[in-house]
Amino acid sequence: MTLTTVRRPAAVTGPPPRRARRSRPARREPAARTLISEADLNRGHRRVLYWAALTAMAALFLLIFLFPLYWMITGAMKAPAELAEPVPTLVPRAWHPETFAVAWERLDLGRFLLNTAFYTAGVWLVTLVVDVAAAYALSRLRPVLGKLVLGLILASLMLPADALLVPKYLAVVDVPIFGVNLVDSPWALWLPAAANAFNVYVLKRFFDRIPGELLEAAAIDGAGRLRTLWSVVLPLSRPVLAVVSIFAIIGSWKDFLWPLLVLRDPQAQTLSVALSRLAMTGYVPQNEMFAALAIASVPMIVIFMIFQRGILNGLSAGALKG
Amino acid sequence: MTAVPAHRGRRRGAWLRRNLHAWAFLAAGVACFALFSWYPLVRGIVLSFQQVNFVTDAVWVGWDNFRALFDDPLFFTAWANTLEFTGLALLFGYAVPFVVAVVINEFRHLKGFFRIAVYTPVMLPPIVSVLLWQYFYDPGNGLFNSILTGLGLPASDWTQSPKMAMISLVLVSTWANMGGATIMYLAGLATIPSELYEAAELDGASVRQRVRHVVLPQMRFILLVLLLLQIVATMQVFIEPYQLTGTTNPDTITVLVLVYRYAFTVNNDFGLAAAMSVLLFVVLGAFSAAYLRLTRDKD
Repeated sequence: MTLTTVRRPAAVTGPPPRRARRSRPARREPAARTLISEADLNRGHRRVLYWAALTAMAALFLLIFLFPLYWMITGAMKAPAELAEPVPTLVPRAWHPETFAVAWERLDLGRFLLNTAFYTAGVWLVTLVVDVAAAYALSRLRPVLGKLVLGLILASLMLPADALLVPKYLAVVDVPIFGVNLVDSPWALWLPAAANAFNVYVLKRFFDRIPGELLEAAAIDGAGRLRTLWSVVLPLSRPVLAVVSIFAIIGSWKDFLWPLLVLRDPQAQTLSVALSRLAMTGYVPQNEMFAALAIASVPMIVIFMIFQRGILNGLSAGALKG
Repeated sequence: MTAVPAHRGRRRGAWLRRNLHAWAFLAAGVACFALFSWYPLVRGIVLSFQQVNFVTDAVWVGWDNFRALFDDPLFFTAWANTLEFTGLALLFGYAVPFVVAVVINEFRHLKGFFRIAVYTPVMLPPIVSVLLWQYFYDPGNGLFNSILTGLGLPASDWTQSPKMAMISLVLVSTWANMGGATIMYLAGLATIPSELYEAAELDGASVRQRVRHVVLPQMRFILLVLLLLQIVATMQVFIEPYQLTGTTNPDTITVLVLVYRYAFTVNNDFGLAAAMSVLLFVVLGAFSAAYLRLTRDKD
C-alpha cells in the first residue's frame, strides 16, 4: 500500500525520463565517496567495526526479508500436526513436499494461475498496443486535437488510482455508448489497464527523441506509418518498451482490488482474489495455504531473478529523474 | 483554371489522410481514456449528488449524500484510522528506509544482496504478504507470539486487539513495500558528488555533520517526492484491513474500505460511496498535484 504498489507505475518510476540534465555534475555510477572515507574505514579497529556492522546488517536483512519466505516454503512441507505445535520447529521434522501437489489439486490452483497468467498477458499486450499507438500518434503524427488529448491524458496522471473505483466500476458494468457489461470478462481488466497516462507519456517522450531523419528516410524508402513504427521506431525503443512491459506485468499480477470487483464468477478469479476468498470462507489447512502462497509467489520471484537489474534500475532511474 | 483547385484539393486530401491515419493510431487509446478515466471522473462527481438504484432513474439529492456521510460515525472513524495508518506508515516506511539506505550505502560489500533482499517482498502479490503475516499474527500459536513467549515477553493479540490492530497492519504493509523507497533512496545517495564529501572531510566535519550538511540537503528533493508519493499511496490502503481485520471492524476501517462497504456490500449505495470517493479524491488530488508540479519544475 505504500508507494511501491506497482499497479500505479506513475508512483513507482516517477514521472518520465526527460533529457534535461540536472545542473549539478552528471550522475556518477557508484559514488566514489560516501559518508565515511576508505582511509577512515581502514584505520585500526574501525575495520573490525565495519565487518561487525556488515555482518549484523546482513543477518538482519536475512531475518526480516527472506526468513518469512523460508518459513512459508518449509511451512508448506510440515505436517499439520507439526504446524499446530505451540513451539514452532525451524526445520520440518518430516518433509512433506507432496503438500504442493495436494494444494494444487484441492484448491484448483492451476485454474487460478492460468487465469492470472492469461489476464496478465492480455494486460501486457493490450497496454502495449494501445499505448504505443497513441504515443506514436501524439509524438510523430500530430493530428488535430492531439494537443488537447495529450493534455487530458496528462491531467489524468493526477487522479489517485482508487478514488475513481466506484464510477469506474459502473463504467465497466454498463460501458457508455457500447452498452455492454464487461463484468467477468477479461476486457474489464485489459481496457482500463490500457488507460495508463504514465505509459503514454513515457513512450511519447521517448519517441520525441528519435531523430526525424530516420523516420523520413523510412518514408522515402516507401514505408507507411505502421511500417515505420514497426521497423524503425520500435526497435529503437527497446529500453522504454522493456520498462513499460515489466511494470505492466508486475502491476497486473499484484493487482487485487480491481479484479476483486469486476470478476464476480469464482471460476474466473485471479489467484490473489481466489486466495483471499479461500482464506476467508473455506477451511484450508495451514500447510496447504502456505503451499498456495508459495506457488502464487513463484512467477514474480522468477521474473525478479531474471529482470532484477532492469527492475531495480528502472526504479532508480524514475527516482532520480523524477 | 483547373490547376489551382486541383492542387488545393490534393493538399486538403493529404491533410485529411494524414489526420485520418493519425487518429486511427490514436482512437483506441482515446477510447480507453474516455471510458475508463475521464468519464468515471465526471460520473463520480455527478453520482455524489445522486441517489441511484439502477432500476428507476437516478434522483438528484443535492448535498444529501455528503450530509449522510457526516452523520455516519464510521465516516470520522475511517478518516482517523486512515490518517493513523498514513502517519505510522510514514514513520516505518519513509523514515526507516532512509536510515537503512544511508547505512547500507556505506557498505563496500554485499550491495547486491541488500538491494535484492529488501526488494523481494515488493515482488510478492500483496495478498501473499498479508496472508503469510496473518499466520505470524495468529494469537494462538503464531510465529510472533511463539517468539515473544519464548523470550519471556507477554504475547499480543495483534490484529485482534484494538490497540495493536492498526500497528499490525502497518507492519505488514511496511515489510511488503519498504523495498521501493530503499532502492530509490540508494539511487539518490549514489548521485551525491564525491567532492562534497571530500570538502566536508577537509573542513573536519564529523560523520554526523556530514549527514546534516551533505546528505540531507542533497537528498532534499527525493525526500520530498517520496513523502508525497507515500502519502498518496498509503491513504489508499485497502488490502490489509480488508483481509486481516475485515470491512466492519471499526478499529481499522479506512476510507477506501468504507467506500467499498457503501458500494459493494449490503446497501449498494453508490451515491454515498461516490461522495466519499470525491472527498478522498480532493485530498489526494492536492498531493498528486503538488507531486507533479514539483517533478515538472525540476526539468
